[in-house]
Amino acid sequence: MKPRLAVGPLRAIVFFAVLWSLPVFNLAHWAMNMLVFTLMFAVMSSAWNLLGGFAGYPSLGHVAFFGIGAYAEVLWFHHHGITTGYEPFWLLPLIGIGVAVIGLPVAALAMRTRADVFAIVTITLLFVVQTLAYNLRGVTGGAQGAAIAAAPFPAATYERPFYDVLLVLLAVAMGLTWASMRSKVGLSLAAVRADEDKAAGIGVRVQTVKLLAFCVSVGLTGMVGAMWAYYEGFIYPQFAVDPLITVAIVLMTFLGGRATLWGPIIGAFILELAQQYFAYSLGGSQFYLIAYALVFLIVMLVLPRGILPSIQDRIRQRRRRRAVDAT
Amino acid sequence: MPGPRRRSPTGAGDDHVHALIQGVILGVLTAGVYALMASGQTLIFGIMRVVNMAQGAMVILGAYLSYQMFTSLGVDPFLAIPVTTAVMFGVGVGVQLLFLRPLHAEDKSQLSVLVTFAVALLVEGLMSVTWNTTDRGINTGYVNASWTVFGYQITLVRLWAFLLSLAALALLYLVLNRTRFGRAVRASVQNPESARLLGVESERVAAIGYGLGTATAAAAGSVYGMLYPFNPGSHYDLISRLLSIVLLGGLGSIGGAVVGALVISVSSSIVAAAVSPIWSQMTFFVVLLLVLLIRPRGLFGTTVRGAI
Repeated sequence: MKPRLAVGPLRAIVFFAVLWSLPVFNLAHWAMNMLVFTLMFAVMSSAWNLLGGFAGYPSLGHVAFFGIGAYAEVLWFHHHGITTGYEPFWLLPLIGIGVAVIGLPVAALAMRTRADVFAIVTITLLFVVQTLAYNLRGVTGGAQGAAIAAAPFPAATYERPFYDVLLVLLAVAMGLTWASMRSKVGLSLAAVRADEDKAAGIGVRVQTVKLLAFCVSVGLTGMVGAMWAYYEGFIYPQFAVDPLITVAIVLMTFLGGRATLWGPIIGAFILELAQQYFAYSLGGSQFYLIAYALVFLIVMLVLPRGILPSIQDRIRQRRRRRAVDAT
Repeated sequence: MPGPRRRSPTGAGDDHVHALIQGVILGVLTAGVYALMASGQTLIFGIMRVVNMAQGAMVILGAYLSYQMFTSLGVDPFLAIPVTTAVMFGVGVGVQLLFLRPLHAEDKSQLSVLVTFAVALLVEGLMSVTWNTTDRGINTGYVNASWTVFGYQITLVRLWAFLLSLAALALLYLVLNRTRFGRAVRASVQNPESARLLGVESERVAAIGYGLGTATAAAAGSVYGMLYPFNPGSHYDLISRLLSIVLLGGLGSIGGAVVGALVISVSSSIVAAAVSPIWSQMTFFVVLLLVLLIRPRGLFGTTVRGAI
């Protein structure tokens, strides 16, 4: 068993080292742009996985908190000018905590329901925030959109700071997932997922652990939203609170494998890169939507448990067969 | 001497009351259409425990079908309804057979939400390829005709839509309560295992039930197309309303869907009349949140499976 213990951290170190060193090769802007978006989705899927994967509460409303984070950034720029361009990054933890605090009462209310009904309640939450984004013109500029001062980074390496910060966020999200998997929190979440009433009956702190998972999950999502707003520079309600973002996050987690550390990351890298490719090659967003829906359906029908769990099952089967053959 | 126009203080109040009552009338008439869409949604949930996220997209598809029949063949949307419902019944059965039946039993409820969401996206994509994304509306000659009763305006289209919805709901009620199929549906809702033991073919009931739910969406869609402009993306707006309605009424209860539609439609048109149309959207969600606070399973929902 000893060598297996080292494999996990080693894998993580190699993964992050490779990602960290990618910009050194002076990648083209479109490639860096693609990587920035892939990392955004990797962080969000990883965050969604904490709630939807481990706790078994499939939220369809995460993009609401993405939008809240984005507009928090806009609000900050209403009162501050741009100087070095790095302040918004220092602001991120604050936005994360703020969004988590907003998420607390929402979670307390929404988590009175379960499974499919929870999914519906969270999707109505999405539409609430969307309506607010259109109607609260003072903050959001309504349908005309809101502008943020452009970051004063050198044009040649413009994406670099965003990329680096997102990499840190990804490390945080994966670190939190990893820590929860090897602690009591992870066990409690698994108990909630399996049978919440029984878990409560044997003394698992169901409510605390559920709320914790929700708040951490939406806090991370809010931080990505803030990063996205700063990166884009100009945001409209229909893009800041886009149901397709929620769908993408959920789909990535399902594709890679729910309740696994690496599943959401794998899903995000496969799907976001494929999506960018589709968007370039199919151009018109309509065919792109059809292609996307078909991929979605195929994943659900063929790989309902995701890539990683399916591979793990196959390996386990093979090992068992070998063990049987040996005896 | 042209003095200021005399206006008693009660006059302003009367105006307000008039607007409110007009709002209530509008709300009740609109509620019929929503009740029809929502009854299909709740029927599907009752039979299969599937939260059908595609219901809104099916309504819009129904609206497009009757738009197409009106513009290229000149068929009146009300007369087109039998055709569109029949076509959409087939579409519904096809979706159930292709995408919902193969789902694995474990966490089927979660997966079905996502699968039907994907179906909604697929339908949205197909509609925007076929009819592109500009707003369409079915403008029949009588679309603006109205009666004035005691000073209140009643648009004829809305009145007909309301009556049609009532008739469709009555038909649905008869199907569920007077036919063999209806008995099989009610048995499956009450106790799926026993129903199967007693010879109910649950897979067939599920397929036909999904088709029936989609057919109600098509009937409502023809009417919806006359009342509001629509485009392929309109289904997001619709599904959020429909979900609020069925959650409010309690998932799986058709009577609940009707009451939910009434409550939500009337309250939002009152808000539109009294406060501002841009906030009437929010009324749906505020009402829903209040209900969830007090009674998480909805007004008429039951914690265990029960009557439909």
